[in-house]
Amino acid sequence: MGKKPTSSGLFTELRIFFISIKLTVFILITLAATSIIGTLIPQNKSDESYIHEYGNFLYRIFKAINIFDMYHSWWFQFLIILLAVNIIVCSIDRLAAIWKIIFIKIPVFKISRFHKLKDKEAFSSKRSPDALIDIYEKLIARRFAYHTVEKTDNGFCIFAEKGRWTRLGVYIVHSSIVLLLAGSLIGSFLGFEGYVNIPEGSAKNVIFLRNTMVPHELDFSIQCDDFNVSFYETGAPKEFRSSLTIIENGTPVRKKDIIVNDPLRYNGVNIFQSNYGADTPKEIVLAIFSNSSSMEYKKTVRIGEKIDLPEGMGELVINNFMNNYKFKGHAIGQSFFGSITSDKGETQNIVLPVQYPQFDKMRRGNAYISVADFKHSYYTGLQVTKDPGVPVVYTGFILMILGCFVTFFMSHQSICVEVMKKGKTSSVIVSGIANKNKPGMRIKVKKILQQLEKTG
Amino acid sequence: MDSSSLLSIVTFVYGFAALLYIISWIFNKELPGKTATWVTIAGVAGNTAGIIMRWFESYQVGYGHAPFSNMYESLIFFAWTIAVVYLVLEFQYKNRVLGAFVVTLVFFTIAYASLSPNISSRIQPLIPALKSNWLIAHVITCFLGYAGFAIAFGMSILYLIKKDGGPGESRMLSLVPEQEALDEMIHQMVMFGFFFLSIGIITGAVWANSAWGRYWGWDPKETWSLVTWFIYAMLLHARLVRGWHGKRIAIISIIGFMAVIFTYFGVNYLPGLHSYG
Ligand code: HEM
Repeated sequence: MGKKPTSSGLFTELRIFFISIKLTVFILITLAATSIIGTLIPQNKSDESYIHEYGNFLYRIFKAINIFDMYHSWWFQFLIILLAVNIIVCSIDRLAAIWKIIFIKIPVFKISRFHKLKDKEAFSSKRSPDALIDIYEKLIARRFAYHTVEKTDNGFCIFAEKGRWTRLGVYIVHSSIVLLLAGSLIGSFLGFEGYVNIPEGSAKNVIFLRNTMVPHELDFSIQCDDFNVSFYETGAPKEFRSSLTIIENGTPVRKKDIIVNDPLRYNGVNIFQSNYGADTPKEIVLAIFSNSSSMEYKKTVRIGEKIDLPEGMGELVINNFMNNYKFKGHAIGQSFFGSITSDKGETQNIVLPVQYPQFDKMRRGNAYISVADFKHSYYTGLQVTKDPGVPVVYTGFILMILGCFVTFFMSHQSICVEVMKKGKTSSVIVSGIANKNKPGMRIKVKKILQQLEKTG
Repeated sequence: MDSSSLLSIVTFVYGFAALLYIISWIFNKELPGKTATWVTIAGVAGNTAGIIMRWFESYQVGYGHAPFSNMYESLIFFAWTIAVVYLVLEFQYKNRVLGAFVVTLVFFTIAYASLSPNISSRIQPLIPALKSNWLIAHVITCFLGYAGFAIAFGMSILYLIKKDGGPGESRMLSLVPEQEALDEMIHQMVMFGFFFLSIGIITGAVWANSAWGRYWGWDPKETWSLVTWFIYAMLLHARLVRGWHGKRIAIISIIGFMAVIFTYFGVNYLPGLHSYG
């Protein structure tokens, strides 16, 4: 690399800058430190809450350097790209240097390297080198991918090795990181993430993007046919289920019930069950208990529609609904609100909590009214995302696991079995080199020695 | 007997084992050491039984989920992973001094779960987002990673208190493995931890993608686990590329474990999705 004489000055300097491990450590420390700041300062809250929290002055400084959305700020992205360049340049540089060593056809062994080792294991065999050579070769061949036998002046040497390719593990890890970064960039440029609330029975094709709340139009509409929620005895929600239909150009093209963890995927867009809420029901059934006649009447009322009460008690309209109404500081749950207008034109407001049928008695009217029945009407809260970078990121995940495994738990191991004639017997010396996990290699050398000793 | 009372007993079994390890170290006696190993094995057996019982109990009350869903359950599992990884290590290296530190850590972990008034041992229903097999894979791998780091942390402390050896060394310190061996063990445990933390973060990301449609959301727990990952990545590079050894590696390993602890406990004081523990 970098042999071009003209540009070599700048090129070399850039290369030296980018292959430095100091740069790596600097970026990693900076990323760690700034990431921590991002967990201490809540991200993407409203401007008012920040001004309230930090005051106007700090707010302006923080805003100017994107502290409130820092993981998407230019400088955070810059650090990430710097990291990617660092890894790429460094890995190419290293790989170029070791490529020839890794993809060598016939490995070269130097006996002197093995002689220099401190840990050697030895024993003496009663047989001569000539009697041992075939047995030993077979034994070693079983354990190592490559081996070669060399005759020496007074005996022989078996060299063997395996796992040369595991030296590539690091580069698998580094390329996985590059894939992760690339995938996340693809996602942030070509993907989106937003929310939409769809009442049961209706369809929508516009969602609101996360954080910014900018409307975003989809190529299709999502229709919520039905929504159901079930609860544990404790009152915590157990399962939300939405029946959805995708409608493209006016025709239904897909139907699916989704629950949390089981989304609908269509055209690269994922539709997730996220939350839900209760909408104002369309119709309720009221029980009207007349005080004068002690009669109970059931009436079905549409929200916002005036009806005549029985026995000439006037006109009733129910026009509002709240999921959790607070009455004098007490939460009394789902409640309907309306008014009664008597024949004389006097208007009284009424509150009808679903859970407290006697509540309306307090009004001391000539009848009291309670909610006998109504059909819950929910909206489903969907999270709608698209991220074309996911396959790239997932490939990165797999390579990361494989690469880490190879890097940490496998090694390039070479071994030398040297047999020398000593009168009628032979002396056998076993020594081994590994690029990693040296204690493990020591144990392995011992094991091989024991095996050789057993066979003679 | 239900699982939480079994696990309370296990707490005392681990406490007893830790005490035996310490006695065996101080008095350099073989018998308490051997007993300590067996008591720890009994503790692990009880711990395992407790986790399995809890799994059954959650089906009996009708929730039916793996016992990895709240702080109590995760601490119990954390204690289990540290104890198991430690036993494997003791078997390999035949040295029990480390047990005085690590099994004490196991004891504190499970004691905190069983005895702290802030932590409820009730079996709670699972919110819908947690109903995923990825959750199980995520929790198991994360805690294997944490266990590796916890043990590396114990060894790093040992490394720092063990001076260079030599004739002036006290008898207690002379029982500690040689610094060189400790250094290598720290490295092995950090690699083990890093491998599983990586898988833990990845399975968490896959799970988030299947539940919310995004694999990474910069929620505080995610961010802190990434910070932890960065710290150990720095440790590995310092060693593999710059050839750092010994004291400096031990110090980074201690800092890394502080980050683990914060990822685990501290983050619950910050707002986010992972508040269940
Ligand atoms: C977090 C992002 C990472 C960055 C920015 C990074 C960067 C680097 C750089 C720049 C080098 C070469 C330094 C030199 O040759 O002087 C290097 C080497 C190395 N990295 Fe990473 N790395 C990262 C992640 C990892 C991970 C996760 C592993 C663990 C599996 C790893 C394992 C290694 C190893 C073993 C080497 C030594 C390579 C050799 O001896 O040739 N790296 N890394």
